Amino acid sequence: MKRTLIHGIVIAVFSLIITLPVSAVTQPPATGSVLPEIKLTMPVNNDYKNYLGLSRGDFFKIPQIKTRVIIIEILSMYCPHCQASALKVNELYRIIESNPALKDKIKLIGIAVGNSTYEAEVFRERYNVPFPLFEDGDFSIHKVVGEVRTPYFIGIKIDDGVPRVFYSKVGGFEKADEFLELVLKLSGLK
Amino acid sequence: MKKISYLNLLSGIVIIFFLTATAYGLSDVFKENIYHLKNLKPTDSVLKVKVGDNAPDFTLPSIAGEKISLSRYSGKKNVVISFVPAAWTPVCSDQWPGYAIVKGIFDKNDAILLGITVDNIPTLFAWTNQMGKLWFPVLSDFWPHGKVADSYGVLRSDGVAERAIIVIDKKGVIRYIDVHDINERPRLESIVGELEKLNK
Repeated sequence: MKRTLIHGIVIAVFSLIITLPVSAVTQPPATGSVLPEIKLTMPVNNDYKNYLGLSRGDFFKIPQIKTRVIIIEILSMYCPHCQASALKVNELYRIIESNPALKDKIKLIGIAVGNSTYEAEVFRERYNVPFPLFEDGDFSIHKVVGEVRTPYFIGIKIDDGVPRVFYSKVGGFEKADEFLELVLKLSGLK
Repeated sequence: MKKISYLNLLSGIVIIFFLTATAYGLSDVFKENIYHLKNLKPTDSVLKVKVGDNAPDFTLPSIAGEKISLSRYSGKKNVVISFVPAAWTPVCSDQWPGYAIVKGIFDKNDAILLGITVDNIPTLFAWTNQMGKLWFPVLSDFWPHGKVADSYGVLRSDGVAERAIIVIDKKGVIRYIDVHDINERPRLESIVGELEKLNK
């Protein structure tokens, strides 16, 4: 019995080591680092495809989005702060889209962690979210970005196809125009 | 080299299972105030009701200060009871805030939601205040401890309720029971789907 337990512990430790990249809690993306690979389902909606500059395939990766800067909001329909800040994020999108000098340079997406397609759609409808929302029902993307609390914003700049993080922070923002100014400054677009 | 038995392998897998925390996308609204738990036994009670039974009536105090009886909705509203295990825990804190934004879906299905835990009123008050304005009654099954949860057979051996959804029609008949894995949140679409069935 004692030997069985010892073997069990040995196997447990060994299994932990070999599964570390998958099961360990990773850290949130650090500024200056390269964003870990995130694969998303290709939107069915043609407006979203056009917005992101995508056309073919069942899936796509973040750097394939045709723009220079991408703001990713990690959210959940079950998150009170995400609900409270939804209209401010919509405003950020509209400010960017209404500026001809910015609309092709900055894109905004949301990733609804732990939400099913239905739940993400409830959030989108409830707050009239105009930008693409992707569900992460099994928390797989959430794990990749360090199981952050929500909302969490990640700003990345695409340089030669490499997505480099320039902003990575938990919590919403007070004013959309001020947040945009910060994004422009940190990304080097301004 | 010693031969490793399947029993050894199983021991390892079991240990790994209990060491691995459940994933949840917790809101920043709760800051560092959530008490984190390891994976718990998925269910730990024996149901005392079944689909087709008349739902046991109860009267419980709400955080709004009134007492609410299940029977008040008889003939008027379909009822969804959401039992959750405990305030200030990860999955529970990530469940009712979602229901806060779907009043329209409940209204459309002529239904009310009753949220119940075995926590006392002050604890429930402080906890749900972090969730914004909840439109549904939040009820305390604190004393006699877990009596209502026990009457439905969803009181766990450690004294907290299961994470359970019970749908009751306007006649007071139980139409759906989901004693869910305590470590996971039930999908909203499963609740809505059951409500929609009541109106067909």
